[in-house]
Amino acid sequence: MITVTVRFFAGHRDIVGKATAQYTLTEGTTLGQLWEQLVAEYPRLAGYTGRLLFAVNQQFGQPATVLADGDEVAFIPPVSGG
Amino acid sequence: MVEPFVITTEPLDPAPLVAAVQTPDDGAVVTFSGVVRNHFGGRPTAFLVYEAYTEMAAPVLRQIADEARARWPIGKVCVHHRVGRLEIGETAVLVVVAAPHRDAAFAAAAYIMDRIKEIAPIWKQEHWADGAAEWRE
Repeated sequence: MITVTVRFFAGHRDIVGKATAQYTLTEGTTLGQLWEQLVAEYPRLAGYTGRLLFAVNQQFGQPATVLADGDEVAFIPPVSGG
Repeated sequence: MVEPFVITTEPLDPAPLVAAVQTPDDGAVVTFSGVVRNHFGGRPTAFLVYEAYTEMAAPVLRQIADEARARWPIGKVCVHHRVGRLEIGETAVLVVVAAPHRDAAFAAAAYIMDRIKEIAPIWKQEHWADGAAEWRE
């Protein structure tokens, strides 16, 4: 098993009700699979599917990116800087 | 010493950034200021709250500047983005680009702003004049 930290921002944090959470996952879990798990836990996140950017350890990732123990994950809702 | 790529809660001032990017090779320095406006989509805005994934956003600003440098012959670049509560008229973002010639500086500054709005992990919460609030997404 691996443990990752998930950071929540903006609209996601409002839905989840916290800024960070730890998840214990089976080895080989991908970013996309973790997102599906989060949507199952927080159904209001479903509207963000397909509109996200993915990040692992502050670098952009892809849904197929495989997670490793200790990773910091962020599912980035549509950005609106500037 | 001005850090080139910064996320800060402090008010933004373009003057030190302009001084930081300019070298004797540069005939152009373009400064873009993104300023908080009092309306969006015809609805009055009271103020904005910006949030960033700071540890990632600053490196992404650097990455975006590198993308611009691969496309146009430009010199130094500074991008500072403010977070926290901003009032109407305050500056939310500064993009400052130096280049030997103005065409490249204008094009790179516009490109950098476009990319910030596409990929920089920064979010804006609109606080409407009627008291409601929502993330722009």
